[in-house]
Amino acid sequence: MLSGFSAEILARVQFAFTVSFHIIFPAFSIGLASFLAVLNALWLRTGNPTYRALFDYWKKIFAVAFGMGVVSGIVMSYQFGTNWAVFSDRTGPVLGPLMAYEVLSAFFLEAGFLGIMLFGRERVGNGLHMFATAMVAFGTLMSATWILSVNSWMQTPAGYSINELGQFVPENWLEIVFNPSFPYRLLHMVLAAYLTTAFVVAGVGAWHLLKDRTDAAARKMFSMAMWMALLVTPLQIAAGDFHGINTLEHQPAKVMAMEGHYDSHPDGAPLILFGIPNPEEKRIDYAVEIPKLSSLILKHDLNAPLDGLDTIPDADEPPVPIVFFSFRVMVGIGFAMLAVGIWGGVQRYRKRLYDSTLLHRTAVLMGPAGFIAVLAGWITTEVGRQPFTVYGVMRTSESLSPIAAPAVAASLIAFIVVYFFVFGAGTFYIMRLMGKSVGAPKNLEDNGPTRTAGITPVQQLDRGNLAPGE
Amino acid sequence: MPDVIFELSFIWAGIIAFAVLVYVILDGFDLGLGILFPFAHTDRDRDVMMNSVAPVWDGNETWLVLGGGGLFAVFPLAYAIVMPALYMPIIIMLLALVFRGVAFEYRWKTVRWRRVWDSAFCGGSAVAALCQGIALGALVQGIEVDGRAYGGGWWDWLTPFSIATGVAVVCGYALLGATWLVMKTSGGVSHRMRDLAKPLAIVTLVFVAGISVWTPFQDPEYFGRWFNWPGTLYTSPVPIALVVAIYLLFHGLATGRDKTPFFAAEAIFVLAFIGIGISFYPNIVPPALTIREAAAPDSSLLFALVGTVILVPIILGYTAYAYWVFRGKIDPEEGYH
Repeated sequence: MLSGFSAEILARVQFAFTVSFHIIFPAFSIGLASFLAVLNALWLRTGNPTYRALFDYWKKIFAVAFGMGVVSGIVMSYQFGTNWAVFSDRTGPVLGPLMAYEVLSAFFLEAGFLGIMLFGRERVGNGLHMFATAMVAFGTLMSATWILSVNSWMQTPAGYSINELGQFVPENWLEIVFNPSFPYRLLHMVLAAYLTTAFVVAGVGAWHLLKDRTDAAARKMFSMAMWMALLVTPLQIAAGDFHGINTLEHQPAKVMAMEGHYDSHPDGAPLILFGIPNPEEKRIDYAVEIPKLSSLILKHDLNAPLDGLDTIPDADEPPVPIVFFSFRVMVGIGFAMLAVGIWGGVQRYRKRLYDSTLLHRTAVLMGPAGFIAVLAGWITTEVGRQPFTVYGVMRTSESLSPIAAPAVAASLIAFIVVYFFVFGAGTFYIMRLMGKSVGAPKNLEDNGPTRTAGITPVQQLDRGNLAPGE
Repeated sequence: MPDVIFELSFIWAGIIAFAVLVYVILDGFDLGLGILFPFAHTDRDRDVMMNSVAPVWDGNETWLVLGGGGLFAVFPLAYAIVMPALYMPIIIMLLALVFRGVAFEYRWKTVRWRRVWDSAFCGGSAVAALCQGIALGALVQGIEVDGRAYGGGWWDWLTPFSIATGVAVVCGYALLGATWLVMKTSGGVSHRMRDLAKPLAIVTLVFVAGISVWTPFQDPEYFGRWFNWPGTLYTSPVPIALVVAIYLLFHGLATGRDKTPFFAAEAIFVLAFIGIGISFYPNIVPPALTIREAAAPDSSLLFALVGTVILVPIILGYTAYAYWVFRGKIDPEEGYH
């Protein structure tokens, strides 16, 4: 089936496939963990049962998403070694300790307190339960911090030397951890995770408002999510702009591919809105462009010169079409999110936030938008780093494990089959949980937090609290 | 400076061994009760079995990530050689862990497909255990190294010896799972598991004995490390303690004790693990790669060590706390989750 491909391309596809599936879950659970901590804190502070009902509702969804994130994440921690052994041997001294810190400071924290957060409220009391919930949220952010430091170092390596064995050797840990692109990438990704979750929550809230616009819990979650959309989207666009300028400084070839600048522009580069990259002829076909705007965005000067890919050796060029398109998908979704956020703000001002059917339908449609934007953004930055694993220093082609192509083909097929089956089922269960309204009576198909057979005090407590909202 | 590297790499070998040991201690019974899922008679029994680990399984599995991530950090060369050598068993183990991990959530979300996720939980647990045992066996029989890379083929791991160690780990984990359930459950499940524990213990011990005899034939060095006076003076407590643990296990099962069998079974695992460690030392990847050769530069070892020394005790603390919160026998009526 995959016999025509080299071991390298198969290993790359396998890594891209498994990491793409994986990033979907953290992108959701980073935001959701913080959302849950906020909901629980608001419930404890105000005593408003709607917050508690929302906490219990999203907790069930979080548990499924988090479980999928854990199992797809374990795969990642071994795949460096199984498929990228030379990369592991050479970068291990620098990247390994950062990943060890991620495990020690984040994974254990999440895992250790998750059980208490999900099942322990009755056993430890509200105070410690709140602490456990906050620790889970903190753990997800710590995890993002370390792994983005690792990824950023691969993009903008710093603080290292190379020893006689060809290994990257740490010289300055502060420079390694806080490498040049790390702060921008961290901010951009955490905001992306928050926005992704906000749009999922908005979509679910809107879905239930479309069915019943008096639904108190649906109103609350929709309102909270629309505040996030309004306030965080502009921050994210600004963060993305800073990130882009940082990339121009450290990885100019990536920005050239994003912009579609095959040629240098000595006096002001145009912003290409759309077009079709033509790698053979090294030009953008059917380009729709605004003169000099790219120079304005990247250099804050209409006439600033911008180099093109003609200044980069062909062997060091990233694949332009993928980067060009994925970047536009990400930016397009970002501005669509901004529009929805502003629209929600206007409707709130006009006191029609819960009555605008068109806004609700749009919010449902935009529910999964964050995931697509996150994937498109990661494709942009990772494919844009090619043909290197450690940018400018170590090539992807020299990072590979000595594994025969048939072995990689077999594992790739296995991953594809298993992931679509398992995570497809999980997505279905999450959608079904989301399809139930927060206040709806529970039935056998939906006995999440009270799943031991028989009498369930927790469930009764749930219902007691729900009563005013029902 | 060379002395510092020497000492740090051995400290780290100890820490990695500790992480793997904690993984085996914690996830062993966790995988084991998955293996025993078909022996439960009713859905309700399976509910109880899964609930006995649902709040802690994720933490248990994190030690496996620490084992992998830690190896990458401090012994990158060993990581880079072992992972490709064990490509098939590792990938299959990871996929098996996917199946069993999601089953913890999925099986409560559906009625029609509950059977499917019960099978995924059982099959995933059994295959993951088998692959871990195979990986161990493949490591013991030795890995071909070519320069700084794995030098063998992608089926080298598959031998009668590695199959034997694989089956041994499946039986051993099932024993841990059975004794865990004796401790954590009451009524029907508890009785059934007590009945199962005895044959499982016998089969496990037969395998441990067989593999112990078989191991020196993989590499005569192993024999030397055990029967090399005065080294024998230091290694002899291991078999003696093993005899005591075996006695406690069978005695505890026969006299109706709830906790003794579990801790005795865990002790057998700890001792077997120490035994493997004695056979390996001072190699990290038999037959040729030593701990010292595989170690990262001391700046890496030191940086990672600072965090480990501070964080691991804290982790052990809140892990213990989580077990304490969910202590005692599972009450099927409590429904805390």
